[in-house]
Amino acid sequence: MEIYLIIMLVLMILGSIYSLHAKDLLSAVVSYGIVGFALVISFLMLYAPDLAIVQVVVEIITLIIMIAVITNATHEEQKREYNFSNIFYLGTILLFVVVFFIVLARMMGDLGYFGQDLMRMANVYIDSAHEAGSANIVTGILFHFRAYDTLGEATVLFTAVIGVLTILRHYGKKKEVK
Amino acid sequence: MMENNVTTQQKTQGMTLVVKKICQFIAPTIFLFGIYVTIHGHLSPGGGFTGGVIMASAFIFQILSDGSILDKLRAEKWRLELTESLAIFTFLILAVLGLIIATTSVFFANFIPVGKLGDLISGGMIPIGNVIIGIEVCAAITSIFVALLIFKDEESL
Repeated sequence: MEIYLIIMLVLMILGSIYSLHAKDLLSAVVSYGIVGFALVISFLMLYAPDLAIVQVVVEIITLIIMIAVITNATHEEQKREYNFSNIFYLGTILLFVVVFFIVLARMMGDLGYFGQDLMRMANVYIDSAHEAGSANIVTGILFHFRAYDTLGEATVLFTAVIGVLTILRHYGKKKEVK
Repeated sequence: MMENNVTTQQKTQGMTLVVKKICQFIAPTIFLFGIYVTIHGHLSPGGGFTGGVIMASAFIFQILSDGSILDKLRAEKWRLELTESLAIFTFLILAVLGLIIATTSVFFANFIPVGKLGDLISGGMIPIGNVIIGIEVCAAITSIFVALLIFKDEESL
């Protein structure tokens, strides 16, 4: 079980690295799809069908929207030049990686086995989910205990739409389009 | 004005007749499945977000196959924004109603009586919230897609 999960994670990392270095933007978007669909299979392995359904549909629609964006933009990536500042960036990245692994090695000792919850809240949610009157525990939590969170997510989506409409338009409201 | 008509006519053609007819059969089925997932959100895997995205994919499917008829899409954009804003406003009103009506007086309190666990009409406020969130997500994602099509055409004017 865990070995398949590790294979999926390695696939996701490879796909994201390739999408960073692809020459054509379209192939970058398609290889980024590997990340999404491997995440779907990982969610199914971890017994989270709710998240898997959302991820499948959102991944497909995101792919369509990204391709619609790319047809408006240039396909090819601009060339980079290597100079002193790039070496500085590389050094910073290496320093960050070393610090990250030192902190990670210290933290890993305190973690439990795979799938164990660290917070007390998780058990309280699962035990009292039937009070919400929902057979699906995830929905019961989302609309009962954590309805604030749901309102926040809806607001984020609303703000995203307003942002897209504001950035993409070429003419303001006052100037009429002939 | 003439140029505008030509560009509009060129973009209204869409895909071939076979694709259009198949899409006319499949898109309502996808939409119905989205409604099913939204309404049964408190019983089976799924919910407002999932059902909303599935319903939006039905609309996007139809727009892709029929080609973007820009005059119609411009009219729809206004309605989509209105639907989305009204849905999120209704969700906020539902939350404040919990504050006013319920005896516990908590924001988002479940003031409608909870029925038998497992029935379609049960869970009090949860199915209503699911439906509202479904409408909001559907309108939001469709309006992003429609905005990309409309504003691309505005650039060429």
